[in-house]
Amino acid sequence: MKGWLRSDGRKGIRNVVAVAYLVECAHHVARKIAEVAPEGAHVIGFPGCYPNAYAQRMMERLCTHPNVGAVLIVSLGCESFNRFQLDQIVAATGRPVQTLVIQNTGGTRSSIDTGRDWVARQIAALARAPTVPMAVSDLIIGTVCGGSDGTSGITGNPAAGIAFDKLVAAGAACIFEETGELIGCEGIMADRAVTPDLATELRASVAKAARYYATLGYGSFASGNADGGLTTIEEKSLGAYMKSGQSPISGLIKPGDIPPKGGLYLMDVVPDGEVRFGFPNISDNAEIVEMMASGAHCTLFVTGRGSVVGSAISPVIKIAANPHMYARLSDDMDINAGAILDGSATLDQIGQQIFDLVLATASGQPTRSEALGHQEFILTYKSFEPIGPSCLPV
Amino acid sequence: MLTDPRLLLLSPRDSVFVLRGQIEAGETVWVAGIAVAFPQALGLGHKIARLAVPQDGQVIKYGAPIGRATHPIAPGDHVHLHNLRSDYTPTYAIEAKP
Repeated sequence: MKGWLRSDGRKGIRNVVAVAYLVECAHHVARKIAEVAPEGAHVIGFPGCYPNAYAQRMMERLCTHPNVGAVLIVSLGCESFNRFQLDQIVAATGRPVQTLVIQNTGGTRSSIDTGRDWVARQIAALARAPTVPMAVSDLIIGTVCGGSDGTSGITGNPAAGIAFDKLVAAGAACIFEETGELIGCEGIMADRAVTPDLATELRASVAKAARYYATLGYGSFASGNADGGLTTIEEKSLGAYMKSGQSPISGLIKPGDIPPKGGLYLMDVVPDGEVRFGFPNISDNAEIVEMMASGAHCTLFVTGRGSVVGSAISPVIKIAANPHMYARLSDDMDINAGAILDGSATLDQIGQQIFDLVLATASGQPTRSEALGHQEFILTYKSFEPIGPSCLPV
Repeated sequence: MLTDPRLLLLSPRDSVFVLRGQIEAGETVWVAGIAVAFPQALGLGHKIARLAVPQDGQVIKYGAPIGRATHPIAPGDHVHLHNLRSDYTPTYAIEAKP
């Protein structure tokens, strides 16, 4: 594997220009600018006009993600997002960065032309950027599941868990998440913590999620989950938990915290404090975005009902849990874990396939969603306290 | 005890099997030594009771509780929203379907 070395020592497996809008009012201009380079320029952004410390930090992390080589910031001009701080943080990493304020650039047409010129020049420069050797231990890999059904927890999720075990053994950092989908697993999960204090933190994160969802009145459970045979949130949780594999749990992080070394980490995605701003993650891409903000180079996405999404910035590897769905949506799927159900493959074989595909993806091979042009992105309001000292034992 | 190979047991103490192949409407299927008639088709991932569970008793899958029975469950029953509820948050499912 080869990657692009960044000034903080991390290495990227892609080298894209991020076109970052800072309020929905600048979204159209950002989208039109990125059309100049559909594969190399990726649109990310925050729609809100009111300030939010979480969104600010997420955008700072994403604009300095190892897969990002240059950043065009697109501001309307009057929004509350701190564009000066974002520009300074990106510039401090040595990346080319430009802030385009639509109100100061003559409006839509002129901003699009100016932005396209800048992006095209960066794309040309990034194409000549040198690469360095990269090892598995340089990788951070996330995992999510979406559109789950009764097959996810017996095929795709445990196979992703086997791939995670192989990645952790080779020195990578792996992140699993959605504490709202670990309700009912808190006891067995806490037993895997590397210290007793971390075990307490893991249990507390799931208890927080249970309280949060109880206040909202709905669990992290969509109607399609029930169509696929899942009945309760704790049943869905046990299936989702299988993605974590068997490795000891090295730490608990929150969105934007970067794993300090190799190992397995749980991401606590449920906001702290009283319930504000609605559901923790309104759809699967919000989870993928949080994985990327914590440095994920690539995300494993296990789906039973058949999600088709990809992501801006970091490739998504889609693992079909259900063989019937795979037959219908095979063009969107990278791995057929449903083969486990008809006996044509074992869990270990699919786990190895996923591991091999992570390495191929990191070496530059496009995933199905990348090849189809998927670049979904969503970021909404949240509020977090920093993690406590027990969350990352030395 | 004879069980159809489409019924998968995930953990030795589980009260349910998981379907790894579709059951067609009108089929009769062996479930832990009992011949059970299924008037409606059941898709992959659905659960069929292996053991009897009393009302309010825990249903076990993956060796862990996944909720409680809202009605007595007999071996061979389809286990789903009509007879199983969460111990945490209630399950939402769209009821009106074309």
